Amino acid sequence: MRWLVRLLGVVVLLLLAWRVAAVGLAEGYPASFWISQTLNGLVLGGVYALIALGYTLVYGILLMINFAHGDVMMIGGFTGFFALQLWIGVGWLDGSALWVVLALVLTVVAGMLGSVLAGITLERVAYRPLRGAPRLVPLISAIGASLFLQYSVLLIFGVTPRAYTRPALIEGGFRAGDVFVPYTGIIIFIVSLVLMLALYLIVQRSKLGRAMRAVAEDKSTAALMGINVDQVIVFTFILGSALAGAGGVLLGFHNTVVKFNSGFIPGLKAFTAAVLGGIGNIPGAMVGALLLGLIEALGPSALGIPTEYKDIIAFSVLVLILIFRPSGLLGEVLSEKKA
Amino acid sequence: MLVLEQIHTYYDRIHALKGVSLTVRQGEIVTLIGSNGAGKSTTLRAISGLIKPRLGRILLDGQPIDPLPAHAVMRLGISQSPEGRRIFARLTVEENLELGAFTRNDKPAIRADLERVLALFPRLRERLRQRGGTLSGGEQQMLAIGRALMSRPRLLLLDEPSMGLAPLLVEQIFRIVRSINEQGTTILLVEQNAHAALSIAHRAYVLETGTVVLEGPASEVLASSQVREAYLGG
Repeated sequence: MRWLVRLLGVVVLLLLAWRVAAVGLAEGYPASFWISQTLNGLVLGGVYALIALGYTLVYGILLMINFAHGDVMMIGGFTGFFALQLWIGVGWLDGSALWVVLALVLTVVAGMLGSVLAGITLERVAYRPLRGAPRLVPLISAIGASLFLQYSVLLIFGVTPRAYTRPALIEGGFRAGDVFVPYTGIIIFIVSLVLMLALYLIVQRSKLGRAMRAVAEDKSTAALMGINVDQVIVFTFILGSALAGAGGVLLGFHNTVVKFNSGFIPGLKAFTAAVLGGIGNIPGAMVGALLLGLIEALGPSALGIPTEYKDIIAFSVLVLILIFRPSGLLGEVLSEKKA
Repeated sequence: MLVLEQIHTYYDRIHALKGVSLTVRQGEIVTLIGSNGAGKSTTLRAISGLIKPRLGRILLDGQPIDPLPAHAVMRLGISQSPEGRRIFARLTVEENLELGAFTRNDKPAIRADLERVLALFPRLRERLRQRGGTLSGGEQQMLAIGRALMSRPRLLLLDEPSMGLAPLLVEQIFRIVRSINEQGTTILLVEQNAHAALSIAHRAYVLETGTVVLEGPASEVLASSQVREAYLGG
């Protein structure tokens, strides 16, 4: 059985390689095109990583997929939008570069706060009462929470997408020969990296991070250490939601719009990225997200299919990973508790 | 300092402790012996707040602690080295020890206590940067006891520190337990290895299917024919 799955995996890979060689490379795109697409992929991957980390953090501690996480990100996108309108209202975006940068930073912070509020509310209302219930129950609650967030926003703000105004300062981009990188892309990538580094330091170096890792391994022994497990779980939701909120704002600037269902597809993509890297594994989420971004950006051209089908590629990756390597690329060895 | 009054606990429908009462006085080593499933670990879990007694009270210095969550009980100075050691396998030995001092903020004193624990268990010093999961059984036991000591507990609960260890190591662990007690920590020791436990304890309780069937000074319990037959192999 096992060798059959392996064989199938090899056949799928060979077919993909053949398709790339026969179609993608035969098209003869210039090198600059591939470089641009690679950079686009990294930018997209950076955003996916911010969202994927939230899935992985919560899974690591509660063994639960927070399917409302993409919508928590969308809430951050909306909060960021309104914050941005406020800065425009008081004229900050017309001011000097310093004011514009300040406004942008505060927009991201507002998005983070909005998402954190949504995240901890969900934890308290939708998940905590179900702790100790069979694992399927909170999952269903999460799907309900996702729909609740989407349709609440739809009810309050309507279907019209809200447009993110890009200040002139970050309009345009960087050009080297035929390679063009928009400034927003560079900003997104840098902000993602900085936030990921911050997360890494919090989890690996801080006392609370150590408590998080202890709770992830063994809740009752963590409680014996004097750790308030509920508080650590809330803290985990705060971290994950804050990253998602930043991702929501960055995605707003990238796609220029946000609407009630903007979180759905990126949420699924980020979930795919988290599974690709190995759910529950923090570096895995980062690697999986960057990889998925690259696959999405390069895949359609390499396989010679229209870009509109890029979502198919992303979700095929999810299916293939679940079939051939369910523990993900950096998949952790399942401890007896999780097996 | 610690008093259990008629504690009853249940796992679902199973009546695990059926009215257990016991007392631990300041400075003592009290041992709780009995066969598998007698309710020894359940008693410790109830004291630590991991399970709530349905009936009865647990008092620390006269104050009821049974309504408190586990993390709050620990802050009152009761720390436990749990059954099966429960080392955080993916954290380093050093991180495990630091977690033992999670409730404290006095960095220099924590440092000093770390040194004290490493002096008790020199083997751990060589392994500080290793993951807890890579340690041998004996080393994990030392880590579990050391971790419990890092909070500077007034009362230390030890659950089967001898389990699965070679006889030489058991002897060493028990010697250390006694020296911890001599340095001023009160100890409640749960053991299946009745002989070793009785040889270092001041007083003993014998537990059988959820009730205390015998109690008294360790030397008397050791001499009792009942215990000889049941736990010491005649």
